[in-house]
Amino acid sequence: MIEPSSQLSGEEEILIEVTLNGRRLKRRVKARQHLADFLRQEMELTGTHLGCEHGVCGACTVLIDGHTARGCLTLAVQMSGKCVDTVEGLTESGQLAELQEAFITRNAAQCGFCSSGMLLTAYELISSNETLSRGEIRECISGNMCRCTGYHAVVDAIETVMTRRGKHQK
Amino acid sequence: MKARNFRYIRPASLHDAYQALAENVGDAVPLAGGQSLLATLNLRLSAPKLLVDISGLCELTGESYGDGVVRLGALTLHRQLLGSKLVKKHVPLLARAASYIGHVAIRNRGTLGGSLAYADPAAELPACAVVLGATIEVGGLQGEREVKAEEFFKGLFETDLRPGELILGVRFPIQQKGTVIGFDELSRRRGDFSLMGLAVMATMQQGRIGKARMVYFGSVDRVRLARSVPSVVEGLELPLQSNSPFEAAVRKDLDAEDTIGLRASTKLQLATVLTRRVLNSMTGATV
Amino acid sequence: MSAQATSATAIGARIPRRELRRLLSGQGRYIDDIKLPRMLHACFVRSPHPHARLVSLDVAAARRSPGVAAVFTAAEINPRCEPFVAVALNRPGHRSPPQCLLVAERAVWQGQPVAMILAESRAEAEDAAELVISEWEALPAVGDQLQAIAADAPVIHPELGNNIAFDFSLKSGDPLKAFAEADVVIEEEFRFERQTAMTLETRGIIADFNSGDCSLTVIHAHQSPSQMQEVFSRHLKIPSHKVRVVAPDIGGAFGMKLNVYSDEMATVVASMLLGRPVKFCVDRLESFIADSHARDHLIKCRIAVKATGEITAMEVDDVGAVGAYGMPMRFNVAEGMHVVWLTGSPYAFKNYRARTRSLYVNKNLIGMYRGVGYPIACILAEVLTDLAADALGIDSVEFKRRNYWPKASLPCVTTGGMHLETVSFHECLEKLVRLINYEELRKEQAELRKRGVYRGIGIATFCEPTANGPAAYGPSGAWITSQDGCALRLEPSGAIRCTTSITDQGQGTLTGIAQIVADTVGVSIDQISVTGGDSAAGPHGGGAWASRGTATGGEAALRAGTMLKQNILALASAITQTPTDRLDIVNGEVVNARTGQLVITLAEIGRVGYFRQDTLPPGFDVQLSVTASFVASDKPYYMANGVQASYVEVDCETGFITMLGQWAVDDCGRVINPLLVDEQIRGGIAQGIGAVLFEECVYSEDGNLLNGTMADYLVPMAGEIPDILVEHVETPELSTKLGAKGVGEGGLIGAMGSVWVAVNDALKPLGAKIRHQPFTPERVLDALARARTP
Repeated sequence: MIEPSSQLSGEEEILIEVTLNGRRLKRRVKARQHLADFLRQEMELTGTHLGCEHGVCGACTVLIDGHTARGCLTLAVQMSGKCVDTVEGLTESGQLAELQEAFITRNAAQCGFCSSGMLLTAYELISSNETLSRGEIRECISGNMCRCTGYHAVVDAIETVMTRRGKHQK
Repeated sequence: MKARNFRYIRPASLHDAYQALAENVGDAVPLAGGQSLLATLNLRLSAPKLLVDISGLCELTGESYGDGVVRLGALTLHRQLLGSKLVKKHVPLLARAASYIGHVAIRNRGTLGGSLAYADPAAELPACAVVLGATIEVGGLQGEREVKAEEFFKGLFETDLRPGELILGVRFPIQQKGTVIGFDELSRRRGDFSLMGLAVMATMQQGRIGKARMVYFGSVDRVRLARSVPSVVEGLELPLQSNSPFEAAVRKDLDAEDTIGLRASTKLQLATVLTRRVLNSMTGATV
Repeated sequence: MSAQATSATAIGARIPRRELRRLLSGQGRYIDDIKLPRMLHACFVRSPHPHARLVSLDVAAARRSPGVAAVFTAAEINPRCEPFVAVALNRPGHRSPPQCLLVAERAVWQGQPVAMILAESRAEAEDAAELVISEWEALPAVGDQLQAIAADAPVIHPELGNNIAFDFSLKSGDPLKAFAEADVVIEEEFRFERQTAMTLETRGIIADFNSGDCSLTVIHAHQSPSQMQEVFSRHLKIPSHKVRVVAPDIGGAFGMKLNVYSDEMATVVASMLLGRPVKFCVDRLESFIADSHARDHLIKCRIAVKATGEITAMEVDDVGAVGAYGMPMRFNVAEGMHVVWLTGSPYAFKNYRARTRSLYVNKNLIGMYRGVGYPIACILAEVLTDLAADALGIDSVEFKRRNYWPKASLPCVTTGGMHLETVSFHECLEKLVRLINYEELRKEQAELRKRGVYRGIGIATFCEPTANGPAAYGPSGAWITSQDGCALRLEPSGAIRCTTSITDQGQGTLTGIAQIVADTVGVSIDQISVTGGDSAAGPHGGGAWASRGTATGGEAALRAGTMLKQNILALASAITQTPTDRLDIVNGEVVNARTGQLVITLAEIGRVGYFRQDTLPPGFDVQLSVTASFVASDKPYYMANGVQASYVEVDCETGFITMLGQWAVDDCGRVINPLLVDEQIRGGIAQGIGAVLFEECVYSEDGNLLNGTMADYLVPMAGEIPDILVEHVETPELSTKLGAKGVGEGGLIGAMGSVWVAVNDALKPLGAKIRHQPFTPERVLDALARARTP
């Protein structure tokens, strides 16, 4: 249930009910605030990063109802009734543990700024339980910009996790 | 790059949405997936006073099949185009094209209706709608109507939508037996907007091109339904060995202009090469 | 020494960057993650014109906008900051007019800050910025080098008389004679478009001036907190010991975050005026017109060779468009100087002439960015030697082999004045040729050419001055120190706390420092914490740039570790009454050096040393905290080198280029951490590929930046970069104990050379050549068209 509250002259605020990292909460959100800013500023979950605010770099990637999405191209107010998961939540739950270990071992991150988005994209990828070729992995992470690693180590880390899971499946 | 202030409402029904858009003509924009709109808002390229969130309207969802047509609701996500059995079976061109759209995260939120309404000439779905001879269902407070896709895209980011109107759904004729599809685009990086793209649907007779519908997209002012190239290539045997038979026709159909970093002559070169390559890729697999 | 050898396990180990666990859990603390009480957010109104007179500025409506605390213009900001005169004192003829922070009367680049909004949130600041009314009178703009030196060029800074910032020539031997007597002369013209570093995290700063004690704390996403401490202190007249600059986690820097920015300085002034913390984080749109730029050269270059295959001379004429002002501290002569000094360095020729001119244009300032001219030096030499080899009918690899400085001639000084000592061109080349299976690759290339598939192989040799010593900065007058320091403290628990002046923006240098301390003292790396980048809490030192972190910071850590070990052993000796020469530290324990038997744990050392000095012999001096610094005072730099290869395919119908493979053999001296070094090289290679194939700032005829978004300024993503194979040759630096040289930039330098050569190699059978970077599809098609119609 959403009720608009104020006039245009002020900052429009709307009450939403969202499940964030597994916890239900009710918050008044500014209409114009995108989801990434809501997470970073209102919820103080700064693990989701802003790299461009026009949907190109992928640093703001979060999960909405289990699917990756750009936090900067989603309004916080649109999240009413939805489940949002961030890197913090997925770390707490252990869902990212396998990928995090692989990334660390392989040094598949340097400055770490792309890593939240990269991990969430990788997480969605490995959840499909397929084993992809390196070229296909590259295609799937092609929306996550990294200026530090040159991507090779990232592909290695994802491939390691995929292969390991594939073996377990057999 | 924070968006300007705006009001936001989420109408409970399609009629409420029509009402809100009609009452605030000029000030209100519909919000669906937001993958194009929110970028422009963050960049402060536009200043709507009211966002009307239509993303929850069940009237705009759904897929159905009947009477030789697959109908997809405007809120069909790009991701759903990739995963839909109906689409894969009856309108495979959409599934093929969808894999070129942006990246996974964009495909998870972006919608069919949004892509058509935004009418970026470099986008894949407007070109597919035209090549497939789709019919776009449109509605507003004054009523509902239909527009043929090839009449819908009028110019750069310009469509036949009247103020206050929404795309409701799109009807795609299913791919007929004996027709083959072709699709490819040239872009600087995976997932970028295309510099030049081509969507083709054609009948094939013993390795020769029959009647073809061809649409160029990319660095053009609007999706270009080709009139000359199909008549020039009709009857030609595949694989084509050279570009010369259709070079002049491509120039005519493309009607390209110089833009920074890409001259008209370069666009023509790319379109000509694509023409040959896409047509050559169409030997073999018919429905 | 043998005991040291047995306890040495950390140096040389493949240890991931230790901060990764925290960063990959979303627990990073980057500048925009940090909030201070009462903090305001800044946003700038910037000049929309490349060159214009500010007719009027009305900020009244902006001041009244919701959430706004203040709006400042030049009148409030400029008087509080000493203007910057970015002239290198040791470069005669280098000129730059004084630069103030905000535009007062005339803007000289598009993006120059004009007014500053301080508000409760960035969104409100941007709302207010839109209410600022400015009236401009556009003036003729100087758009590029050729415009800048034209006879009728508008002069951007009238007091200079023309647009020449710097004009420098050097000569060695008798180049005129060598060119006259050459059997083959190859001359080419090259164009390198302007680039921007495009770090994923934009620039940011939080300035916190405390009006209670007139002290300044700045949290600054900057590579050199010590540099900025000096800059803030001297330009804002705050005593140096009351200025503290702390670097948070930084999302990529690559030299761009080394420069001095007027918007960041203005942010500090705003905090001083308001007595409140002020945060300024550049947004992505802003970054394209506000970050420093790089490259932007037009170069004529030629090479003279004898029929025997010997290079006899080279000549370089470089013209760089350096933007509207000199870059404070880092200057705008570096790119050009590096080109003229370094071109051809791997090759033993005696005759050389080179000229570099830096020209003022109405564009953003050129500053530091990875490689700083060295990649261009590599490209010039590698393209020309490749062409020379072709002209003589000699295989390109063989040609290089013949012309490298022979081992016997080292150490030597090149014609450009570069000092080569422990370089390994031959070893790297041989290793690379085997690695790529050169002969097989050439066969494959030939086969595919017959089928109309055009692939190219490019091999590029480079050398790279790393870790520049004080001679590079001191005489210039810049307050840049090439010294770095390391403070070590034994904690009461027996663990070690290390504070270094080195900074880390992802390279992993702090991890390398930990490895060095671990081995030098004799403890496990898990027992060491390392922090860096705090100008108050740590030793004063350079920080990160010029690939210096491990080489200099590591040497300081080695010294400090040696001192701490000595002091620990002295205390152990006093406690246990054992002579120090019988003791060693292994795995965090003081042991008998001969038998390895435990004598006393470090925890016990800590306990007694801090809490039970009453049990020590009278007069014993406990010193469990040490600080050491290191500067390479006698060396200009540590010369590193490498060879890289690229395998590309050019679609000659569309002009599109695909990277098929990239290989690097790198010699950065002793490799402290092969995992981190390899990844630095890979990252540099990706930026090199980006530069050659994708990156450029595109301007309209009248100087407007046209592609200032991330959708339009193209950097390679995962689909554009191939797998990269890296191997090493290790020729240690002789003047330090550690023996490490720098490696941060080598990846980019070598890759730019190898991709340039490879693409041109692909086009060779069609008689085409491409000399304009980046190699867009249109430029490739144009090159092919030119070849068809001579």
